[in-house]
Amino acid sequence: MSYSLAELMIAAAAQCWADDGEIMGTGIGPLPRIAAGVAKSLYNPDLMTTDGECFYTTEPLGPGLSSVDFEIEGWVPYQRVFTTLWSGKRHAMVAPVQMDRFGQTNISVIGDHKKPKSAMLGARGFPGNTTCHLNSFIFTNHTKRAFVAGEVDYVCSPGFNPSRYPDGKVPNWLDLGRIITNLCVMDFGGPDRAMRVISLHPGVTFEEVQDNTGFELARLENLPVTPAPTEAELAAMAKIDPKNIRAKMIKDNPSGIRG
Amino acid sequence: MADKRMTLDDIVDQLEDGMTIGLGGWATRRKPMALARAIARSKLKDLTLMTYGGPDIGILAATGKIKKLIFSFVSMDQIPLDPHFRAARQAGGFDILELDEGHYQMALMAAAMQVPFMATRIGLGTDLIKQPELSKTVTSPFEDAETLVAVPAIPLDAALIHVHRSDERGNVLTLSPDPLFDEILARAAKRTFVTTEKLVTTAELDMRANSRFNIIDRALVAGVAEVPFGAHPTSAEPDYHIDMEHLKTYCDAATSPELLSEYRQRFVDVPHETYVAAVGGVDAIRALRKPAY
Repeated sequence: MSYSLAELMIAAAAQCWADDGEIMGTGIGPLPRIAAGVAKSLYNPDLMTTDGECFYTTEPLGPGLSSVDFEIEGWVPYQRVFTTLWSGKRHAMVAPVQMDRFGQTNISVIGDHKKPKSAMLGARGFPGNTTCHLNSFIFTNHTKRAFVAGEVDYVCSPGFNPSRYPDGKVPNWLDLGRIITNLCVMDFGGPDRAMRVISLHPGVTFEEVQDNTGFELARLENLPVTPAPTEAELAAMAKIDPKNIRAKMIKDNPSGIRG
Repeated sequence: MADKRMTLDDIVDQLEDGMTIGLGGWATRRKPMALARAIARSKLKDLTLMTYGGPDIGILAATGKIKKLIFSFVSMDQIPLDPHFRAARQAGGFDILELDEGHYQMALMAAAMQVPFMATRIGLGTDLIKQPELSKTVTSPFEDAETLVAVPAIPLDAALIHVHRSDERGNVLTLSPDPLFDEILARAAKRTFVTTEKLVTTAELDMRANSRFNIIDRALVAGVAEVPFGAHPTSAEPDYHIDMEHLKTYCDAATSPELLSEYRQRFVDVPHETYVAAVGGVDAIRALRKPAY
């Protein structure tokens, strides 16, 4: 069965919400949004997902679709997004511009904060999200520009960097989820919460991942291949994303199986 | 009984150089755009602006009105980055206080509750707390003795918000599905000025049925101007939706000084009625379709 790299990544990403139970699942950007929908459809029907504006929809709403055609099951204005996220009952998947070995991320600026080379969004809710609830991450371009040596240019979300905390210890409230990239799946299960490769996409070697990362990675000794999307997962993606926006998210929409 | 009716220019006349002003709405939703354009064509300068930013900040950045920006983001949702904001920011055009979206609410809430700060874990481990304004911590007086970030109160000289309906006393309704954060903005401000899609009688507000849309009490409202389509090109759902076409024109204007100058002549340095005609007129705005989020 053929599948695209984007579909492989969505299937891997969907697993992030599989065991979360009845919380708010937020996938920011098309691939995470479809992935949250797949998780809700197949693995965690209690997951609450929104229309990206201010309603919870009964069925997951994919990117580029109007909520007008969907049943609304709840109200979630921004104020409620914040009270929910502060309580910890949310799991988001986000796409930072940079991440470093501590899991610290940046979406604010490249270069100097006062006079940046590139001004991006601003820190948005990244500091609070990561402080209050679990976050997973997606990168469609696994390079040394994304996974940077040293620290990210502006630390928007906290990571496992003891020197940044008042008492020199990583607080016990901090946890970070998985990282899904175009090459592999990683977590923070290495020594001292180091970033660790836990599966390689078909045809990718650990050396290739390491060569495209600005810092040393930990790894599982026997690295499995990232599981191919199942027929049920591909069917769920087709239903959630009928406009096939997932095909436009990675340049040339490559196959999930290299060759 | 106080009649608080004003014109757009009357509201701008109430503002002064150097003030700290909060702008309502969120990114592309119910932004006080007519007020932002009125400030852009006024003589006001050196403003400290606080908002969940959209094209209001782009316009005021492009016209050199900002001394300091207190923000968490400037974005237009479907168009993630605002080129006018980026250009000004990359030129070091104004000072910055970058807040987490939650800090933003805490700073306003502290001002509204007349306390000096609110305590939170948010910010620990990040670069945000290297900014002097956010660099103070406080130790919990309870057994946990946890070290927390002190988010300072940020009182506003004025808040500017756009609503759907108001009477002449400043009893307002915001009918859009998300009330956003205009209430705490108004509560943190000495005075709040409102533009409204329609000025109606108190009876026409039908407050018994619509009370949940009455986001603030009239005592907070210092002035109200009837400005139909005052949030355009952002949305004031259900009355009208975002104008994506106009936002593209707006973004294109950042690509050259000539285009920016032309944009200002056509859309900024004109009375609001002329603006509405220039963007296609009343019927075109009413016919805008809701984009997907």
